[in-house]
This record gives sequence, C-alpha cells and structure tokens, in this order.
Amino acid sequence: MKILLVDDSRTIRNIQKNVLKQLGHTDILEAEDGVKALEIWGQQTPDLALVDWNMPNMDGITFVRKIREQNTTVPLIMCTTEAEKTRVIEAIKAGVNNYIVKPFTVESLGEKISETMAKAGAPA
Amino acid sequence: MDVRYVNPFIKSICNTLEMMCSQKTTVGRPALKTPECMSGSDVSSIIGFSGDAAGSVVLHFSFDTASKLASSFAGIDITPDHADFADALGELANMVAGGAKAQFEGLDVSISLPNVVVGKNHNVSASKTSPRIIIPCSCESGNFEVEVGMEIKKPTGVAAAGAASGANA
Repeated sequence: MKILLVDDSRTIRNIQKNVLKQLGHTDILEAEDGVKALEIWGQQTPDLALVDWNMPNMDGITFVRKIREQNTTVPLIMCTTEAEKTRVIEAIKAGVNNYIVKPFTVESLGEKISETMAKAGAPA
Repeated sequence: MDVRYVNPFIKSICNTLEMMCSQKTTVGRPALKTPECMSGSDVSSIIGFSGDAAGSVVLHFSFDTASKLASSFAGIDITPDHADFADALGELANMVAGGAKAQFEGLDVSISLPNVVVGKNHNVSASKTSPRIIIPCSCESGNFEVEVGMEIKKPTGVAAAGAASGANA
C-alpha cells in the first residue's frame, strides 16, 4: 500500500512516517505542499493520503478539491491545526474521508489511519 | 488586548505539550509586556492571526529549552544546527495557535505559516498590536515564555470559550 504524506513540516511527516511504520507501512511518498503532491499524484497514485491544511503554494483544501475533481475515491485524511467545526464541514464537503486535529497522540493518529483504511476496504 | 483571550492560549500550550511531548506545563501569572520584563530570546516561533482577530503569538525559548522541546516533539535529538530545528519549533507554535483559535467562539480567524527567528539574545518587536501579554511557562524541557498580542476586529460581545473562567492577567 502506497501512502502519500502532504505537509510542509518535515518533522510532522517524520512523526507520521514512524506511526505508519509501526502499522507495517513502508511504501511512503512525501510532498511539502499541494503543488508537489499533485505532481506526485500524476506519476504514482497512492492508496491513501494524509493532507495538511495550511501550506505554502497550494493549501490542503485546494489539493483535496483538485483530487476529487478527478473522480478518484482514494481515501484522504486531513491532518491539521484547523479545529473549528466550520473547517471540518468544509473539508468533508471538499471530499476528505477523515479528519485529525493537531496536536494528536501517536495512538490517535494510528487509530484514524487504521479506521480510514478499514472503511475504504483496505487492509489496516 | 482583551485579556479574556489569554485563557485559550494557556489551555492550548498545556494541551500541545501534553499530547506531542508528554510534558506537563506549569503556567505562571500572565503579565503585560514591558521592556524590562523580558530577557532576550535565542529562539522565537511566531504565528500571525488575521480575520476577525489580528495579532500574533510568539513562543520565546533559550537554546537549551528549544533543543530539548524540539527533540521531545520530534522524537529524535535535535540541536540548534539540526536541519529540522526551526521546523519543529515552528510546528509547535502552529499547534499552539491553532488550538487557541479553535476556542475563539464566533470569530473567523486565520493563522499564518510559522516563522522562526534563531539568534542568541534577540528581541522580537511587534508594535502593531498592544498591549501584549507575557505568559511564563515551565515544563520538563525548561522555562519559556508565550507572548500574545491580539486585537478583536469583530464589533460584537463575542467571548472566547475559555473566557468564563476568567484570565489571571
């Protein structure tokens, strides 16, 4: 299973990678903004993506909308400091499958990833 | 600055360090920032606010505290010359700002991308929003200060969710 991490913070991507490795996932792609993530998506479609909201060049919500315009059902998880209900609703309307608010515990991140994969019919 | 908006920052600092660093934070009495009350910082992580509230939050650290907190946050040893030093401390400030703004009930506020200033004994000047509040904090990694300056733009009696209990400032 190929997983794409989209976050402008390398520290956060490393934390996410460590959680994914604990879950047995090692095929991981990384992008520091929505533009780079779209480039990667055009070359190798992931099976799951974790997407930050606030990033330079292209933010996460724009990236999600562009991906959903392609009619893909690949599960997308928004992982962001944006915790307001209005933001969560906006993200769901844009097409995210799940939502994680930063700060998070390693356990809660792992649970959200497993839950999202299970709902999408992928092995957790 | 409306001191009722200090409590959301205190709650967010404690929550962020608890969840990301497994550290309890002790918060001292907030005070108005004066030129005399602050020593120079070695690292300052800055997040701006815009929208219904304008201003910024700045996390001030010594090199020692910043290194220990960044290491605890990232789960690896991070010294000031590490490539991810500023990134980790910027993300920490991002979480503190995001957690606080989520408690600003009724206000539509956006936060900026983080900026991190690194340099021995520097000062951060932010004269656009005053007064500014200094929140002294202490955790396992050391002492640090959180500076908040915020002007509410929305002309309503909106109170922050954490305002009911009152701030100490």
